Amino acid sequence: MSAELLIILTMLLPLFAALAIVATRHYPDLREAVTLVSATFVAILVVIIAKQFLNGEEFALTVAEPLPGISIAFRIEALGMLFALVAGLLWLVTSIYSIGYMRSHNEKNQTRFFAAFAVAISCTIGIAFSDNLFTLFLFYELLTLSTYPLVTHAGTAEARRGGRVYLGILLGTSIGLFLLGILITWLVTGTLTFQQGGILAGKLDPAWSGLLYALFLFGIGKAAIMPFHRWLPAAMVAPTPVSALLHAVAVVKAGVFTLLKVTIYIFGSDFILSNDVTGGLIWVAAATILLASMVAMSKDNLKARLAYSTVSQLSYIVLGAMLASKSALIGASMHIAMHAFSKITLFFAAGAIYVATHKKLVSELNGLGRAMPITFGAFLIGSLSIIGLPPFGGMWSKWYLGLGAVETGQLMLLAVLMVSSLLNIAYLLPIPVRAFFSKPASGEHYTEIKEAPKTILLAMIVTSSTCALLFFYPDPFYQLASLAVRGY
Amino acid sequence: MIQAHLSLLLVVIPLAAAPVVAILPRGRLPWAVALIVTSVCAVLAGMQLWAVVHDGVISYELGGWAPPWGIEYRIDAVNAFIALVIAGIAAITMPYALLSAEKEIPEHQIPLFYSAFLLCFTGLLGITQTGDIFNVFVFLEISSLSSYALISLGRKRQALTSAYQYLIMGTLGATFFLIGVGLIYSQTGTLNMADLTARIPEVLALKTIHTGFAFILIGIALKLALFPLHLWLPNAYTYAPTVITVFLAATATKVAVYIMIRILFSVFPDGFVTATPTGDLFIILGLAGIIIASVYATYQVDVKRLLAYSSVAQIGYIALGIGFASASGLTASLIHVFNHALMKGALFMAVGSIIYRIGACRMDNIQGLGRQMPWTFAAIVVGSLSLIGVPGTAGFISKWYLVLAALNQQAWIAVVIILIGSLLAVVYMGKVIEALYFKPATEKNLSVKEAPMLLLAPTWVLVVANIYFGLNTELTVGIAGQAVQVLGVVAK
Repeated sequence: MSAELLIILTMLLPLFAALAIVATRHYPDLREAVTLVSATFVAILVVIIAKQFLNGEEFALTVAEPLPGISIAFRIEALGMLFALVAGLLWLVTSIYSIGYMRSHNEKNQTRFFAAFAVAISCTIGIAFSDNLFTLFLFYELLTLSTYPLVTHAGTAEARRGGRVYLGILLGTSIGLFLLGILITWLVTGTLTFQQGGILAGKLDPAWSGLLYALFLFGIGKAAIMPFHRWLPAAMVAPTPVSALLHAVAVVKAGVFTLLKVTIYIFGSDFILSNDVTGGLIWVAAATILLASMVAMSKDNLKARLAYSTVSQLSYIVLGAMLASKSALIGASMHIAMHAFSKITLFFAAGAIYVATHKKLVSELNGLGRAMPITFGAFLIGSLSIIGLPPFGGMWSKWYLGLGAVETGQLMLLAVLMVSSLLNIAYLLPIPVRAFFSKPASGEHYTEIKEAPKTILLAMIVTSSTCALLFFYPDPFYQLASLAVRGY
Repeated sequence: MIQAHLSLLLVVIPLAAAPVVAILPRGRLPWAVALIVTSVCAVLAGMQLWAVVHDGVISYELGGWAPPWGIEYRIDAVNAFIALVIAGIAAITMPYALLSAEKEIPEHQIPLFYSAFLLCFTGLLGITQTGDIFNVFVFLEISSLSSYALISLGRKRQALTSAYQYLIMGTLGATFFLIGVGLIYSQTGTLNMADLTARIPEVLALKTIHTGFAFILIGIALKLALFPLHLWLPNAYTYAPTVITVFLAATATKVAVYIMIRILFSVFPDGFVTATPTGDLFIILGLAGIIIASVYATYQVDVKRLLAYSSVAQIGYIALGIGFASASGLTASLIHVFNHALMKGALFMAVGSIIYRIGACRMDNIQGLGRQMPWTFAAIVVGSLSLIGVPGTAGFISKWYLVLAALNQQAWIAVVIILIGSLLAVVYMGKVIEALYFKPATEKNLSVKEAPMLLLAPTWVLVVANIYFGLNTELTVGIAGQAVQVLGVVAK
């Protein structure tokens, strides 16, 4: 297959799947088959593309040119490949999970759910493959819009309120700040195409560069940097598969991915380092890491705790981007993948607990470990990977991030990373500990409770074992990450 | 033959058809004639634009009398473009009109309705065609008088007061315009706009000219519904029959924009706008309009009224581009004239389909209708996205150029307000979408069916156009750029 065809197919397949899902709405089994088949194909496609890409093949495609010099164009580069690989593979796992979850929950509007989900994946791939800021912005906005019905899925007043915060912050920051940043970039350089080494060097007065970077940093609301992080906890009203794939992987990673792209291909690492563009801003990321971890500790609602944990972990990537040294950028890029596999495991487990017991609070989990050993085992693995302990993949990204901090002489930031790891332990580990070692309150015995349905378990086992696999075999992601920063 | 008289035919055909339609029997015949007339005019307007773009300015002498004594129709890229917008929108509105008008207008008034519509159409087209400033006044009155009549045909009694309100304000505007024209004539002795261009610089220092300019400015600003002279607009749009709202929202104010641009940049010499406080006035009123009208829109419970306030805000964007008085600013204004016609046309049509089904469009009436009328709902969603300026839609292109124009002038406050305006659009259109889709349907709404094909098809033509012109801007940006060159505005 030709390169163009592969790109188009990967993006269009989920879209067609959405149409097919709507068409087969009266036959739930067929509908779910559509999801599974297309997710399988997308997973195969991204792996094929990744293989060919690593063999040095070029993938580029221009679809349209709405304005002179500004086109809707796609080009695969290392960072985008990494992101697409993560999103494409995890869609398949999540699909298996969601079918079990949605069915055992008897959720309403499942057709809308699966269709919107497929559209969201298509937008995510579009973001990953886009060749310029305009295309990226287009899919960035579409992703926000297509996930809105997923956030408000329950249709309750609470869900609608969550949806309003979600749309308000994401659209508000992107139109108010991100778009402005894009416009200024266009005005200064006359191009929006991502280029190795950046496009701003020599064109932008370094005195203004910090301000422009701030527009991107806060404008890319999906990166959930404080104070624009509120949408993420608000989005937790969505069904758990949505929180798992979209709000731990696709949407939030689209945010940090965009920021990394802007850092590497618009500003360029050299420009940032030589002009100290991010000197002050980096502390916003550091503060977000610590503050969000502390908020996470105070949350009793399991999903809310995980959401704040995500806010904190995203800022690791933001921090890495702003450090802008080679190791830091490698660490940040790898953390996209590592955090994705670990956090999705945690959300899967949270969903499994909810399906099996209808419990949402951490304080209610005492003693559940014996009834649900697989679920809590997976949760433990995910937690350890997030904390960054061997033998799990999360260790590698933290290693490179720490290395980046040392490389640039930012020892204070290294301390922030250390403290944060401790905080991670403090808010994550008590959960499996409670489940395995504490006695249920008021002498209850969980004899009735069984593990969640098999599809749910299967998904959890896959992601948690991947966490371990990535410790021994991080190579594909490491290779892509270091390709992205070659030349520095 | 047609080629030579193209410009005249565009005015004469609808003018001649109007009285014929009035005396036709009831039934669908009047509609059929109006449909044919508007479609023919749309084709002619397209041919005219093609001719202008390829062969340059067309000058047509009415009755063979040479200008500046006789009336001259003078067509360049600017008015050919606007003429195409008007004729095109009219031609798309007509298929929609059949069912919508049958529903909303008493049967015995149908022939008169189409007759008045064609007169209004004549007037609007005439304004764009003519090169004579007094002739502009005449056509302005033709279109205004007929639109008063059209608005008063609305079903509710408030339609009468709205039409009356518009009548008073419109007449004030027309009178101001006429006084201004008179004052300028007294000093230059000519009414031909091309001739005025040549003569005004000699007398530019005179107070009379400045006074005349001010009168004209206010007169057109009233027609334009430039904030704060917009008070007639929300009522008129809310209570007029839906077809008329669609048509007027997409065309009437746009023609006023055209006249404004013509006088500011073509009749008066380049630099006059920036030398006098005119430019700043437009910027300030434009910005105030964007914010205040958008905030008003968020408080409306009637969807038509909400869209009407949104129109006032959109006119603010256009005024802002005019106020910048730069090539990029004017390009943005002209593009937005076109794009706003597309998005508001689509939105008003979709809302009209809801009115067709349930007879109202208040927020509490429309609850849950999105599921019953998925195509209409989808049209509203796309229209809203375009209004907000999401990339991939026509609205984004307008916003892009307007913000670039503002950045070029380093007008940071304007940049911020344009973007805030977009966010307010998210808020007010979000309210509509939430009511349509996320509120549970009332008992009565559960039995509502999707709108008929004849209403959906024209709506979707505009919806698709919103996306098409968001992805392919050769026509809009190309023509607008050429128009700005014709106006001779120096690039800044």
